Parts: sequence; C-alpha cells; structure tokens
Amino acid sequence: MSTKNSSEKDLLVASDGRIQSFSRRNFLGYIGGASALLLTAAACKKDDNNDNGIDLGSGDVGILNYAYALEQLEAAFYTKIFEAPYSGITASESALLADIRDHEIAHREFFKSALAGSAIPALTVDFSSINFSSRDSVLGAAKAFEDLGVTAYNGAGKLITNPDYLVLAGKIVSVEARHAAYIRDLISNGSFADNTALDANGLDKARTPNEVLTIAGTYLKTKINASNLPTS
Amino acid sequence: MNIQNIINEIEKVDPEVYERLDGRRGAMKNFANFSGKVALAALPIALGSMFKKAYGKGSGVTALIDETLNFALQLEYLEANFYIKGVATPGLIPAGPGVGALTTIRDHENAHVTFLRAAITSLGAMPVTFTAAQFDFTARGAFGDVFSNYDTFLAVAQTFEDTGVRAYKGQAGNLMANNDILTAALNIHSVEARHASHVRQMRKARGANVKPWITGKDTGIGAAVQASYNGEDLTTQAGVNIVNINGFNISAAAASEAFDETLTKDQVVAIVTPFFV
Repeated sequence: MSTKNSSEKDLLVASDGRIQSFSRRNFLGYIGGASALLLTAAACKKDDNNDNGIDLGSGDVGILNYAYALEQLEAAFYTKIFEAPYSGITASESALLADIRDHEIAHREFFKSALAGSAIPALTVDFSSINFSSRDSVLGAAKAFEDLGVTAYNGAGKLITNPDYLVLAGKIVSVEARHAAYIRDLISNGSFADNTALDANGLDKARTPNEVLTIAGTYLKTKINASNLPTS
Repeated sequence: MNIQNIINEIEKVDPEVYERLDGRRGAMKNFANFSGKVALAALPIALGSMFKKAYGKGSGVTALIDETLNFALQLEYLEANFYIKGVATPGLIPAGPGVGALTTIRDHENAHVTFLRAAITSLGAMPVTFTAAQFDFTARGAFGDVFSNYDTFLAVAQTFEDTGVRAYKGQAGNLMANNDILTAALNIHSVEARHASHVRQMRKARGANVKPWITGKDTGIGAAVQASYNGEDLTTQAGVNIVNINGFNISAAAASEAFDETLTKDQVVAIVTPFFV
C-alpha cells in the first residue's frame, strides 16, 4: 500500500519535546488498551489558557481531535433533543433520531478512548440559536450538522497520513451521510442528495477544517484552535 | 552476478517480487538478451531500469491509482446501467416520489461515470468502457424479476449502494498519494451512502424491515446478498469496544450501525461478478 508517508512509523512529539517513533500497529494496539498513557505524548495542549482556544494539535492526532470535536457537537445536539422532544415527533422519527444520537455518542466516545491522553477536553456547546420545541428548527440544525460532518470528513481525508485512520474516518463519514440523507428526507422527501449538497458532477463537497470550524463555531462556546493542523 | 540470485534475495524481503515483475517478462527476456551483449559495467543500469518499472515510486503509485479508479469506474457503470434500465422500464416504478428519486440516483451514477473517465484520462491512463449488453441484472437468475418486480429492483439497488460504499472505503488507502483523487473518491463515497440511505427508506416504506443504516450484518433482503453485508456486525474499532463504551448505553446494534465497514477488491469482485455477462 502506498502512503504519502512511506514510513511505517508514526512520529509523535513527547511532552518533553523528544520525537518518539513506534510502529503503527503498536500505536493502534496502544490506543485501545491500558497503555494509552504512552500517548500522553501531547501533540496537543489541553488548554492554552489564552485567547487562541483549545489546540487540536498537529498531524494525525490533530485530525482525530478535530473529528472528536465535531462528534462532541453532534452527540450533544442529539442528546439535547431527547431532553424534551419537539411536539409532534412520530414514533419512527423518535426511534431513528435516537439511533443517530447513539451513533454520535459512539463516535465521540470512540475518539475519546482512542486519543486517550492526547484528547482535547470536553467542549461547551451553545445551542441558543436552536428552538428545541420546533421540529423545523431541530431538523434544520440536524441537517446542517450532518451535511457539515460529511464535508468535514471528506476534506480531512487528504490530511491524514496513516491509512488505518483514513479507513476509520471513512467508516464514520458514510454513516454521517446516511444520517444526512435521512434528515433531509424528513424535511423534504427526495432531497437526500440534492444540488444544495452535491456539485454538478454528482459529488459531495469537501471543506477545510477552518471552513468547518467557522460554521461549527456558531454552536460552540469553547474556542478551537486549528492552527497546528496539517493543511495538505 | 546472477540475476536469479538477486531476485531470490529480494524475495526474502518482498515475497511479491515475482508478482511485481510478472507482466514484465518481456522486459526480463530482453534483459537476458541484452545482458549477454553488454559490458558488465552497464548491468547495474539495466537492472535499475527493470526494477524501477516494478518498484518505481512514480510509476508504481500512478499505476495503482489508475487501476483503482478503473475499478471504481466499473462499479459506477454497473450502477448507472442498472438505473438507466430500471427508470426506462415501463410499469416497473409506480407513479410517485420513487420516480424522481431513482432518476436522481441514475443521474448521479452517470455523472460519476463521466467524472471518473475524465479523471483517469487526465492521469494519462485509459478508462474502461462497459455497454448495456455486458450486464445481467438478474445475476444469472438470482433476481429473475428485477425489472418486473419493484421490490426486487429496490433490493438490488440497496445492495449495489451498500456494496459501493464498502468498495470505495476499501480502496481509499490506494489513493493516498494523490490528494485530489482521494478527495474526489471520498466525495463520491458519501454520495453512495446518501443513495443507500434513501433506497433503504424507500424499501421501509414498502414494508421491508430496514433502517437507513446497516444493523449488524442484516441484509433486509435475504441470503442471496449476504456477502455484501458480512463483516458489518463489527462492534470493535481499532481495539476499542464500542458496546456500552465509557459507560454509555450503546447496544451492539447501534455499535455496528455507527461504523460502516470495508470490503476488499476481491470481495467486491466476487459480489458483482454475477451481474456481468
């Protein structure tokens, strides 16, 4: 398999600034297990205590934190829906929106566990622009989140150097696209992939982290600093 | 200097050396003739040229991308021809929103064919071409009423879309050397997932027991398409168990739904082969 980085090694900067190198397989083994502390390796700083906001970090860890931030936002949104569901919610809508909530929580917690000591902290959301008692408002926001998630993962793919992480992002983005299509159809049946989402070639769109975070920022009290993310 | 010894040595670190050199037997034969005539000093250059063809970063990576895009193009031809024929078959699709949805999907698959052909051409490679006569959408009789029974048609559509999602996902790693191509492939991949979601909703509206996402390895169709869904029941990702993760109430069903899985090229080929004449 060819990769942009032909090395089988992943490089991480240790907290004392030393470059650490260990094999991808070991890395994947560690991130799920008790040895996750090895990743305290702090490619990100938990909190800068300055105006720049939460630093997502650099390299693949930064991209995973970026995904973790978006999943935090989505999971919080769907969790909030169920604190007081909008009036007129049908049994079918309730069941499938609960599915989506569980998927987003699964994504969020997966990244949290995988990143372990390198994970950014919990973000504080701001849903003041959403009227949770209104179906239109809730579904409109859901559509925005899901379409945003699709463009975010599609744009992040090329920024990832480890093929295993690319596959993981792929496993998640297609589920986000399934969500997006379902939500769109709830709003207007048949709009699952209309020209507000796709381009003239029938392709979804990709957004850069900065474009995504500008949009997501509307729903976040916590400021996010993406300045150390890879750009190509 | 014995070239066979050299290749044997390489085989110790790269078991696929013969596979890489395969198809270049002509070159090897030429090399043998050539080596009989040239001075010993020229041998390293001649050898280098041969192995550069087999291992060369530029040519090897490009060839892999060409091959991967042509594989995707083949799948898009399959889908495009399926919807072209379905939409054009009188009496198959009942009047209503299904007509518009399937026409939309048809147009996307056609656009993907056009796009991939242009991408492959732009890379200096030759895109494959398939015509309607090369497809058998009954899959050698497994779906004999595919163009007369709307439910069968939608079941095949669902299988194509879900399989397409898995196929693109499985090939993404092969495209990492070209950011533009990788991004384009990802942008197609998520559209296939949107299609899958909608076709599943269409089937649900007609009584099928499916959701927009894949639960476990359930087909919602039957054993005939099981190969397209095997492996989708995975609930552990990168060593992390998703079920009830970190104390949250996540069922095995939700854990499997939350992540779509890959298929290898060989698995996809085995699945779609019956649909080709």
